[in-house]
Amino acid sequence: MLDQSQSVKPALNLVGLSRADYRGAPSTLCQGCGHNSIANQIISACYELNIVPDNVVKFSGIGCSSKSPTYFMNRSFGFNGLHGRMPSLALGAMFADISLKGIGVSGDGDTASIGIGQFKHMVRRNLPFVYIIENNGVYGLTKGQFSATSEKDLYLKRQGVNPYSPIDICMEALASNATFVARSFAGDPKQVKELIKAAFSHDGISILDIISPCVTFHNQENSLHSYTWGKEHEIPLHELSYVAPRDEITIEDFEEGTTREVVLHDGSQIILKKLEKDYDPTDRWQAFRILESAQKNNWLVTGLIYVDPDQPSMFDAYDLPEIPLNRLGEDKLRPAREWLDKINDMF
Amino acid sequence: MTQTQAETITSTHPAKVVNDFCITFSTVNGSGSATANNVLLRALFEMGIPVSGKNIFPSNIQGLPTWYTIRINKEGFLARVERDDIVVAMNPATFTSEIGFLVPGGVLLYSDEFKTPVTREDIIAYPMPVKKITREMDVPPTLRDYIGNMVYVGILAQLLGIDLEKIHQALDVHFKGKQKAINSNYAVIEASAQWAAANLFKKDRYSVEPMNATAGYILTDGNTAGALGAIFGGVQFSAWYPITPASSLAESLNEYLPQLRKDVKTGKVTYAVVQAEDELAAIGMVVGAGWAGLRSMTSTSGPGLSLMAEYLGLAYYSEVPLVVWDVQRVGPSTGLPTRTAQGDITSTYFISHGDTEFILLFPGSVNECFEFGWRAFDLAEGLQTPVIVMSDLDLGMNEWMAKKFEYPDTSINRGKILWEDDLDKMLERTKGDWGRYQDLDGDGIPYRTVAGNHHPGAAYLTRGTGHDEKARYSEEPEVWERVMKRLGLKFKTARNILPKPVVHSMPDARIGIIACGSTDPAVEEARVMLAREGLKTDYCRVRSLPLCQEVIDFIAAHDRTYVVEINRDGQLKQILTLEIPGLCTQLHQVSHIDGMPLSARWVKEQILTLEGK
Repeated sequence: MLDQSQSVKPALNLVGLSRADYRGAPSTLCQGCGHNSIANQIISACYELNIVPDNVVKFSGIGCSSKSPTYFMNRSFGFNGLHGRMPSLALGAMFADISLKGIGVSGDGDTASIGIGQFKHMVRRNLPFVYIIENNGVYGLTKGQFSATSEKDLYLKRQGVNPYSPIDICMEALASNATFVARSFAGDPKQVKELIKAAFSHDGISILDIISPCVTFHNQENSLHSYTWGKEHEIPLHELSYVAPRDEITIEDFEEGTTREVVLHDGSQIILKKLEKDYDPTDRWQAFRILESAQKNNWLVTGLIYVDPDQPSMFDAYDLPEIPLNRLGEDKLRPAREWLDKINDMF
Repeated sequence: MTQTQAETITSTHPAKVVNDFCITFSTVNGSGSATANNVLLRALFEMGIPVSGKNIFPSNIQGLPTWYTIRINKEGFLARVERDDIVVAMNPATFTSEIGFLVPGGVLLYSDEFKTPVTREDIIAYPMPVKKITREMDVPPTLRDYIGNMVYVGILAQLLGIDLEKIHQALDVHFKGKQKAINSNYAVIEASAQWAAANLFKKDRYSVEPMNATAGYILTDGNTAGALGAIFGGVQFSAWYPITPASSLAESLNEYLPQLRKDVKTGKVTYAVVQAEDELAAIGMVVGAGWAGLRSMTSTSGPGLSLMAEYLGLAYYSEVPLVVWDVQRVGPSTGLPTRTAQGDITSTYFISHGDTEFILLFPGSVNECFEFGWRAFDLAEGLQTPVIVMSDLDLGMNEWMAKKFEYPDTSINRGKILWEDDLDKMLERTKGDWGRYQDLDGDGIPYRTVAGNHHPGAAYLTRGTGHDEKARYSEEPEVWERVMKRLGLKFKTARNILPKPVVHSMPDARIGIIACGSTDPAVEEARVMLAREGLKTDYCRVRSLPLCQEVIDFIAAHDRTYVVEINRDGQLKQILTLEIPGLCTQLHQVSHIDGMPLSARWVKEQILTLEGK
């Protein structure tokens, strides 16, 4: 009998896995949903980074976005938590084994409404964690209500006109001392993938606000969360490439003099190819300014907005052992009897 | 008062009262009286006399009245009593009302600055020259008010016969050996005692005498005990948010973990404590850590527990082990944050939406706070569900005389957790058909893997949405029902492994008393009082929910059973009624709530009234 696998040999990465090994269950989101495209880029990024799936733990809250951890990397542990409270869930879990990498997928409802507090506190603690917001400016799973990132004056069927101004997730992250802030557009898969790869290498919190159009409830051509608007208004700050630590950098590929490199904690680099403006993503004030002018000018600014690779992460504040906490046995966890005698003598 | 008046008083009352009275200290919150009161309590304890101390304090940092009561009882009854034998009045604002609480023949010590007249003639009053003594001492003016409290320590020591050497020992414990603080406080105490010896003519009947009733005992509070128990139970992760009266539990973890759980060789620690941004986050972190295989806990009080409800429901349904300490205070709402209650029983038993139930443990002493501190983790991981330890302010924050802590008598039980090799064996056993939520042993408890397990078959996605035995998303009606029934079976299993009630009997008693938690000393003392009145009682102290058969048998074996508790609605009785409707007519509610610990007198009188006596 003919062995099919012999004839179609899938490409394997350095850890011997094919791209299929990073897949999840088939998506139950709408056809054409931006979230599916992001899940695909997470798969590609992890495959290309040679990440072993069981070294990744996935988290989410509640909403359309939060369903997506099911749709990538089914060989990773995952926990689909409560609305707006994925950050706390992830924080507690990541302490169990700090050699694991954490990725969370949230939405604009999950992060910018009920979850804004946990979001900002996770950011300020600088937990090493890839935090993706699939931002479509609408509540999809409850069928089309305004979210906290919906633009002012947006009209939605059954809701009327949105009277409130939106929350800018990147601005909130920056204000809370985030050490990695990026914005992208689900319709720009290459940039999404490169940013995810960089985020995995950052030793701290990585915030990725990805505009991800909702094809069912919110894809009006004039709305800033639609494909058409995104395509027309996207202003990339730079062309962006991620270079893994072991890959030799051939700077010619990036035309010396037009590039800026950011070295991340693990030795990998982000190469930013200058476009029209010379944007320095390590300058926090410039980051605030570009977000402010984007708001004023109706631009969708994408790329790496801010990065500070040298801040201590949350784990640096805890002197944890090499062996993961969740593998410690009774000999490490229960103090000896003499210690209790000492305590009894103290009281 | 004249000498003759004093003689009249003492002649109509017992001439001498030794080791059986109550002292209440009335001070202004924030004036530093806690040190003085604790030192006196410990000195009496070091003299071998059974003592208890209760702090009645306001929700305030500085300025409002606060009281501290020490009960000295040679028989070892240490519940709250409502009478005052001795009042030390240091707060002019409450001076007049304080006098009213004294028993005839009682003693009033007060600062001689107070100009309010002493209105009763059946008490003995001693003015204390607090200002004069502190002025003569070498004390910086900023510390004078604080150290002024040491004046009453010295005068009381002289009046009652408290050993000054024991007071020095108590200062040493309180200030953890810091010589400067010990010396400056002791100097004031000594000078005050000398002043009293030279200037006070003792007219009252109260005194203390050394005993040998505290050997083998320690003096500590339930929050410290709970934290230490958790540390000996191997706590690995704790997230918390400050709230009275639970904060000191988490703070005790912070105090003792670095001493007890740091690897001496490597200097690495085997735990992480995080102060969360609120209780919603604290419980989220604890669920995450428990899910990923850490012994995980939080500590809070009613308002915080209300915020935790939704995550507790997720932990129940997705079967995540974790421990919550509820140090109860008076609710509803913000209620009386600094007063004690047992008002969270019903709401906590069913705390989340949908069909849920929770394991509750009720420590009835500081020793049980320690024991449940470690045992709660074994139960939570054994049953893969949240365990909520129901303490309260009285137990958690007040100082109690307790037997020395006992080292855990069983090894740490991590429950049905599968690491790589275990999973290989499991797959062999099940011929590759293992699933996270499969009940393989018929006890309703499945096997779990945790993040960081690198076996290719270990990973699964945990969710609060409908899921089947393989942890796959499911909306199938029969799957939902099957999983919920299996969870119900797990709680049946729980009934057999949770702490059994403690039953104390009297021969031929037909009347039963059921109680839980911190009311234990009042109930035990009330039983002695009732027996003196001719009413014998048996006593069943419930230590866990859901109920076990022993409690049901106890109720069935008695004509009537009184359920004693600190809340308005009789919440423990509510649960008993739900669980054993057939026996509920035999149950009678004895509950009230005013923020204070129950007294034995109140319990006795309620039961006598209900008995028609």
